[in-house]
Amino acid sequence: MTTESIIWLLPLPPIVAFFLIVLFTNRSKALSHTIAVGAAFLSWLGSMVVFVRAFQVEHLGANPYTSVINWFPTGDTFFQIGVWVDPLAAVTLFFVAWTVLMIFIYSVGYHNFGQPKGEADHAGLQPHGATVTDEHGHKHRVPSIEPMYSRFFAFIALFAFGMYTLVVSDNLLTLFVGWEIMGLCSYLLIGFWYAKPSARAAAIKAFLTTRVGDVFMLLGLAYLYKTTGSLSYEVIFAEETLHTLVVSASPILGFSAAALIGVLIFIGTMGKSAQWPLHVWLPDAMEGPTPVSAMIHAATMVSAGVYLVIRFFPILSAGAEHGALTIPMMLMSFIGAFTALFAATIALAQNDIKRVLAYSTISQLGYMIAALGIGAYVAAAFHLVTHAFFKALLFLGSGSVIHGMEHGVLHTGEAIDPQDMFNMGGLRKKMPLTFWTFLIGGFALSGFPLVTAGFWSKDEILADAFGHGHLVVFITLALAALLTAFYTMRQISLTFLGGARSDSAGHAQETKWTMTLPLVVLAFFAVTAGWAGIPEHFPALGGLLPNWFHEFVGSTLAEFPKGVAFSWVPLLTSLVVALGGLYLGWMIYHKLPAGAEDPLKKPLGPVYAALKNKYYFDELYDFLFVRPALWASETFTYLWMDRGAIDGILHTVARVIFSLGSIFRNWIDKPIVNGFADVVGESVKRFGKTFRFVQTGRVQQYMVMALVIAFGTLFYYLYFLSQP
Amino acid sequence: MISLSYYLVFSAALFCIGLYGVLARKNAVAVLMGIELMLNAVIVNVLAFWRFRTPELIAGQAFAVMVFAVAAAEVAVGLALFISIYRRRHTVAADEIDLLKW
Repeated sequence: MTTESIIWLLPLPPIVAFFLIVLFTNRSKALSHTIAVGAAFLSWLGSMVVFVRAFQVEHLGANPYTSVINWFPTGDTFFQIGVWVDPLAAVTLFFVAWTVLMIFIYSVGYHNFGQPKGEADHAGLQPHGATVTDEHGHKHRVPSIEPMYSRFFAFIALFAFGMYTLVVSDNLLTLFVGWEIMGLCSYLLIGFWYAKPSARAAAIKAFLTTRVGDVFMLLGLAYLYKTTGSLSYEVIFAEETLHTLVVSASPILGFSAAALIGVLIFIGTMGKSAQWPLHVWLPDAMEGPTPVSAMIHAATMVSAGVYLVIRFFPILSAGAEHGALTIPMMLMSFIGAFTALFAATIALAQNDIKRVLAYSTISQLGYMIAALGIGAYVAAAFHLVTHAFFKALLFLGSGSVIHGMEHGVLHTGEAIDPQDMFNMGGLRKKMPLTFWTFLIGGFALSGFPLVTAGFWSKDEILADAFGHGHLVVFITLALAALLTAFYTMRQISLTFLGGARSDSAGHAQETKWTMTLPLVVLAFFAVTAGWAGIPEHFPALGGLLPNWFHEFVGSTLAEFPKGVAFSWVPLLTSLVVALGGLYLGWMIYHKLPAGAEDPLKKPLGPVYAALKNKYYFDELYDFLFVRPALWASETFTYLWMDRGAIDGILHTVARVIFSLGSIFRNWIDKPIVNGFADVVGESVKRFGKTFRFVQTGRVQQYMVMALVIAFGTLFYYLYFLSQP
Repeated sequence: MISLSYYLVFSAALFCIGLYGVLARKNAVAVLMGIELMLNAVIVNVLAFWRFRTPELIAGQAFAVMVFAVAAAEVAVGLALFISIYRRRHTVAADEIDLLKW
């Protein structure tokens, strides 16, 4: 098969799996997950083939794998869709395929395949556990299988389809289609346990918040299509198109068309990748099952946002000269750096193991956006790849921890939150495999020097920020990196180190191989993915391995990006912040006793409360948007507009028509029409009444009458007609 | 020679007697007899006109014969009806046979 046909076929298996499961196999749990995992495996296989082949092509950036077909006619020409795999798409395919496959396998274990059905379980709620009796007659509480097991696999298969479509698209329209399919799936999956009110609220919040971004993005696409007449990469990223976009002015003063389009598209990314101020949905999205969290926050949806801006970099940076930033880039570097620091501070005070990761995701995405904002194209792509691996690892690891904790909770019957880190502790002995892989993921996230992937990608971003002279961004990101290392170590210490802070934690258990195998695989990549991009000028290690990531992905751009010169400042900074943050976190939290409150609470005081409540952004948005919207719908639209104005008009019209009707009835119908009919009927009746007495029934009277009439007639004729 | 007018006067008298019988008699059989008288008056009338006006044609006699036949048939049907009414109502008084009224 040619590479192009394989690329065309990549999104196919997941969508086929989706329909198969939904239409035919949803009653059989085993068959459903076999189909879904099989589909993910096929796509993975195809992606690997494409990746390997793409890797061997020289100058893939200039000559990407591409193939187009006509889709629908637009005037005289056809709107064309097709596939497009350049180096950026190839590396994205690589990490998407791996994480998706791992998440699919992990889901089998996470949803307790092979466990008995729970007595109290029903669709729409998390499984409550089942009671089994062993051979000695002892009763045990064990985890029970998810009631909507098949549905889950159908949804994530559709999700995977959306992501593959997005990555292999050669135009922004099919990219947008994939983007929206993921939006739908994230809604369905966050609200997967739809019987929980909080899950429903989170699903709606996620859907509406990302929709805000999507509307702007669609505007951007429409404007782009109007200006250039095309949405395909080949046309819009061509030299002359970019030039046209830069020189043509937009309706908004001071913005070129390129700048306006860039800003609009970036707002779409802000929604999808949860950048401030549209970040609020992502922490709430933790209501979904943990594989979903990994899916949304690592492999697919949030990556899609960053992938879009990386893909769009030529337009975003169009017109930048001599290191000056364009308007969209300035916006991105500001929003990205701010979000990176902002989310990192919130993560300090979160106790839910998944929420910490959610905020760290927002923070890391801010890193990538900021990197792109200062023009560090390759560094952003590099961090996207490494982050996908270690964040998927961390989410799946946290799911494994929660699973182990739930096992303990079922065993002891305690009424505690299995996701609260202050109820954990000492899990490294109970769940060694989870511990070691989580440790690798956590160190990668903190940027532990030299061995982890996170270090190399983060270091590259910092080096770029410093090298290009964006000191504010550099300092902000460095500070965020310090906090990242700190809260990561806080999380690891609270979860795994010290002693158990609850009975349940004491009875936690290592999870099944279907859950630990993905952890091990992802941990492998969380370490090795970084080796692909070691800068040549790095002391001692530089040049041992070729920096092929830079060569490969950098070739996507028309103008090959130059690597920055080596400088000790960013390197030392990243060493200090990573190690310092990790040490601080370990020192403060590794021996926290049971029942103790957070040691940060006292010194930080009111700041801690603000962090704990996420700077009151939910309350602010509630006040600014939700309540006005509710007021508008309940009071303004319902009471005033609907009941008052529209119903009022309708009622008035009805009343007018009604009185008109009664006028017609009283003045026309009753007297004239009815009267006429009545007169005819009545007179006939009266006539009959009067003359019926003639009908006596006596034959002789009839005869008399006949005689009289005969005589009358005779007389008449004789008298009148015989006159001359 | 008896002139035509004698016959016509006789015929008219006979007709009036019959008519009176039809209108005034209570017994239905008597009413039927009145009708027979009226028919006979008509026959006398027809034959008289035939004899005095067109004796060369046969139409007058033929009409007379037809009226006899009709009268005979009528009597047969009328008597049958009266018998049937008598069986149901035990009367043949004309003024009591008055079911068909308002």
